[in-house]
Amino acid sequence: MRIMKSWGFYAGKQLLRMLLLMGAVSMVTFFLMKASPVDPLQANVGQAALGTMSQEQVEKLRAYWGTDLPPVQQYVSWAKDFVQGEMGTSLLYRRPVESVIGEKLENSLFLLFFAWVFSGILGITLGVLAGMYRGSILDKGIKGYCILIAATPAFWLALLLLLFFGVWLKVLPIGFSVPIGMEAADVTFFDRMRHAILPILTLSFTGVSNITLHTREKMIDIMESDYMLFARARGETTWEMFWNHGFRNVLLPALTLQFASISEIFGGSVLVEQVFSYPGMGQAAVAAGLGSDLPLLMAVTMISALFVFGGNLTADLLYHIVDPRIRRSKAAL
Amino acid sequence: MRTGFFGNRRRRMIFCLCIMILFLLGICVWGLCLEEAAKVTDFSRKNLSPCPAYLFGTDWMGRDMLVRTVRGLSLSIFIGILSAVISAGIALFFGTISAVMGHWVDGLVNGIIDLVMGIPHILLLLLISVALGKGVFGVVTGVALTHWPSLARLIRAEVIQLKESPYIQIAGKLGKGKGYVIRKHMIPHLLPQFIVGLVLIFPHAILHEASITFLGFGLSSEQPAVGIILSESMRYLVTGEWWLAVFPGLFLVLVVVLFYVSGENLRRLLSPGTVHE
Repeated sequence: MRIMKSWGFYAGKQLLRMLLLMGAVSMVTFFLMKASPVDPLQANVGQAALGTMSQEQVEKLRAYWGTDLPPVQQYVSWAKDFVQGEMGTSLLYRRPVESVIGEKLENSLFLLFFAWVFSGILGITLGVLAGMYRGSILDKGIKGYCILIAATPAFWLALLLLLFFGVWLKVLPIGFSVPIGMEAADVTFFDRMRHAILPILTLSFTGVSNITLHTREKMIDIMESDYMLFARARGETTWEMFWNHGFRNVLLPALTLQFASISEIFGGSVLVEQVFSYPGMGQAAVAAGLGSDLPLLMAVTMISALFVFGGNLTADLLYHIVDPRIRRSKAAL
Repeated sequence: MRTGFFGNRRRRMIFCLCIMILFLLGICVWGLCLEEAAKVTDFSRKNLSPCPAYLFGTDWMGRDMLVRTVRGLSLSIFIGILSAVISAGIALFFGTISAVMGHWVDGLVNGIIDLVMGIPHILLLLLISVALGKGVFGVVTGVALTHWPSLARLIRAEVIQLKESPYIQIAGKLGKGKGYVIRKHMIPHLLPQFIVGLVLIFPHAILHEASITFLGFGLSSEQPAVGIILSESMRYLVTGEWWLAVFPGLFLVLVVVLFYVSGENLRRLLSPGTVHE
């Protein structure tokens, strides 16, 4: 009973902290955008069009977009709308931000989810293998791969894959999320998958480094533990040792790390979407940044921050639920 | 047992480290000398695939890709070093004050760290770069402001541990002044960690600089930065000019790996736990 209560309290506290941080993120983003020397009017209407407008028209437009108010007031009105689910109108797409984001988010989630799962499975497998056969050629190979892939910019790997599969072998499409010139209704799941393979591959390959190295360390610790020694003495095979004792012990930290790595995968997706012209959140962020589209960029930042904090919170709570040692130490705080 | 000069692991490591530093320094200096050469255009030699005269080939304006790559890398290394140093400085400052002051300062610093880590790096870089009007200044500030949190956390934990450790407590009890304790006991312990942390920020800084430039928020397009070279190469991939993308990227990876390996070696050399391995 006491444990349940302290857990609920802890979760509540973390949730509150997350909300506060989200507020801070929105403020930082907003004022960074406001500090930008790029005039949103000029960037979106165009220098020439702005020049032909009368002073009165310009003022009217400014008032319409609300760029004539002091920044703090603008922020407050933005925050008020955002809390009620209104994200404003995108200056680039001339549509409500909700509809733009909804469409992009769907594309991105498809990508991110698969990349997240694949990089997790690949990372844990490689990490376990390296840890169990420490010092072997396999271990050295996996470690070398991790260093190499950590040093490889995601967009360059994307370019290489594009070059190899798209241009030389011509087996996979070179961009976009659906075939060009096809009705939205005709697009099958298979089509979407075919277009997403390369971005997913890139993100999965580049995402494994951290989790592999971490799992490897953990696995080495486990292999050196007394219970593993005892299992070996009982005559268990390596596979049995892994399956009966190693797997469960290594899974939790790995899973936690994977939840905490959402930020990196998202960051990678910004670059990868750019290379593959994949219409997702990352591409929207870049377009919004280049075009000073404040409402859209705000929404993208908020949603990505929500994912990151959500991932961290999940990781935190996961640990909290499963590991009694942490539960006790946190409750003491 | 291996014997001879390179039988000693420590000596071998120092030797490798020297070679790496020489290589990186070489690229920097070479790049500095190539400022004019990187801009030379010659349409009589455009779109050449790699050959002995032009090892990396040439682009659609007849610019020598080897020269451009080296110039771009040296730019990247300079930007990387500058922003890594600033970033490590911020980390040292925040890490120390949060450990020494405790209470609300600690809470505030932790909040800032969570905040910076909460926005994906690329997105925050993009925002800072937009706020500062792009260009070198924006990139350096952006990278410097986004890479300090993990090192700050490390330093904070280290200082807290040091503060509580017996030998420092005893030094205080023996009547040694704060300045003495910091100079004689704290800094010798923190400095190696700080230097290793600093070196390990380089690879990330260089990669993020290249990424943000690639997206069009970094250095302006006349400069032969690696990000620019790669984003330009994207338009020519489909027509088969693969060398525009492959070699500059390969060299970027090489430089980053070298920095990373140097950092790891330095860590092993400096940290007491592994120094005798």
